[in-house]
Amino acid sequence: MSSLPERRKVVVTGLGAVTPLGVGADVLHERWAQGVVGIADGAGRASDFEPADHLSVKEARRLDRFAQFALVAAGEAIAQAGWLDGLPYDSMRVGCVVATGIGGQWTLETQLDVMRERGERMVSPLGIPQYMPNAAAAAITMKHHLQGQSYQVGSACASGAHALGSALRMIQYGDADAVVCGGTEAALTKFAFACFENMQALSPTGISRPFDLRRDGFVMGEGAGILVLEEAEAAHARGATILGELAGYGSTTDAHHLTAPDPSGGPATRAIELAIADAGAQPSQIDYINAHGTSTQLNDAAETVAIKQALGAEAKRIPISSTKSSIGHLLVAAGAVEAVATIRTLQTGVIAPTLGYEVPDPELDLDYVPGEARPLITGNGHPPLAVSNSFAFGGHNVSLVIRGVKR
Amino acid sequence: MSVTTEQVETRVVETLASFGPDASQITRSATFEELDIDSLDLVELAQVVEEDYGVVLKGEDMKELKTVGDAIDLIVERAG
Repeated sequence: MSSLPERRKVVVTGLGAVTPLGVGADVLHERWAQGVVGIADGAGRASDFEPADHLSVKEARRLDRFAQFALVAAGEAIAQAGWLDGLPYDSMRVGCVVATGIGGQWTLETQLDVMRERGERMVSPLGIPQYMPNAAAAAITMKHHLQGQSYQVGSACASGAHALGSALRMIQYGDADAVVCGGTEAALTKFAFACFENMQALSPTGISRPFDLRRDGFVMGEGAGILVLEEAEAAHARGATILGELAGYGSTTDAHHLTAPDPSGGPATRAIELAIADAGAQPSQIDYINAHGTSTQLNDAAETVAIKQALGAEAKRIPISSTKSSIGHLLVAAGAVEAVATIRTLQTGVIAPTLGYEVPDPELDLDYVPGEARPLITGNGHPPLAVSNSFAFGGHNVSLVIRGVKR
Repeated sequence: MSVTTEQVETRVVETLASFGPDASQITRSATFEELDIDSLDLVELAQVVEEDYGVVLKGEDMKELKTVGDAIDLIVERAG
């Protein structure tokens, strides 16, 4: 077997988000840490998002809501990275990998209605460009002149994390010097609700309380999370402000059931172990876990098993919280939005709580950070390290390890 | 169905304005290029025109249209 090539280090220089807590990456973590729940009437709507605030009429009408979210979040991240005056790299060495699960659901449904009511000739010529799942990546590349590899990735609720993993490898192995990556979803339509409800996946009470004994399903949300990743030496050389490092990526598949996780947690455990090893780290160095924590009976139990198996004795020590307790499940955007929230956690040194967690489940006996936010504790003077999990329908598992900047 | 040039002009200007450009810029002599109206926008305009006036504008027709006035005149001609 041939040996692995040497890999370059990858850092984060920009963060962007549009979520039920508002527009902005800082707002996402701040409000979550303050205990704000962005869920109302059974869904996490990005109600603060007004396309006209961020996009021209022409831009907005050519983009489905999912692509609008991604473009605005990308704008924030790219501005933070300091790229608005021009790309710091050869444009063909800057990639764009943005995930979406359902794609242009609103556009698809609207145009189906147009076809039924007014005939095929009236279907919009902009239908396909709007609902094709790569529309978010395409829009970002066009607006910011990114000419490296660009595509959409798909693995349901793990896609956002897979997008980050793909972008990481692209830079590590030299196919790009920078990548704008993340995930987006805007699928809060009547039809999508019906689909998820009838699968018995959604919380009938409309409450997201991961790991709590009374958890009864997830609450759907919408939004986008985008990160700018750069090769570390190049980022330092140009004087970029480094927000963190995407240090490790591990991914496996349950191959068990379309929607239920493997309760033995085998492949999910391996994904976490792989990510930690990929980061060159040990379980004893992990300071925080941002869980997939969907508030379903099955995920939260299986994830707890996987965390215990992967982290052994350390599992009891490590604080675990779920962003979904504040914003609901953003489907494909979740993996990316949660990575953004995790980086903000490491930057601020504040761990936001698992909101709504009141009644412990005797089988789930780890520290899920109930109640209030608490300070992040790191040991031995090493930079803070966090794990972020995403476990999807279809059995796709991704675990990311993020290293903070030493404070 | 008979249509007046004024009716068509109003409808065309309103439709083009919904695509992005400022209504005040949409004069008869304005070119689609100046208004940042591309071929996809013109297909949408053709759909509105077909639904409202029963006038079918094909690809070859659209290619010849350079100004707002060209579009208005062609629609009026075909509708009459």
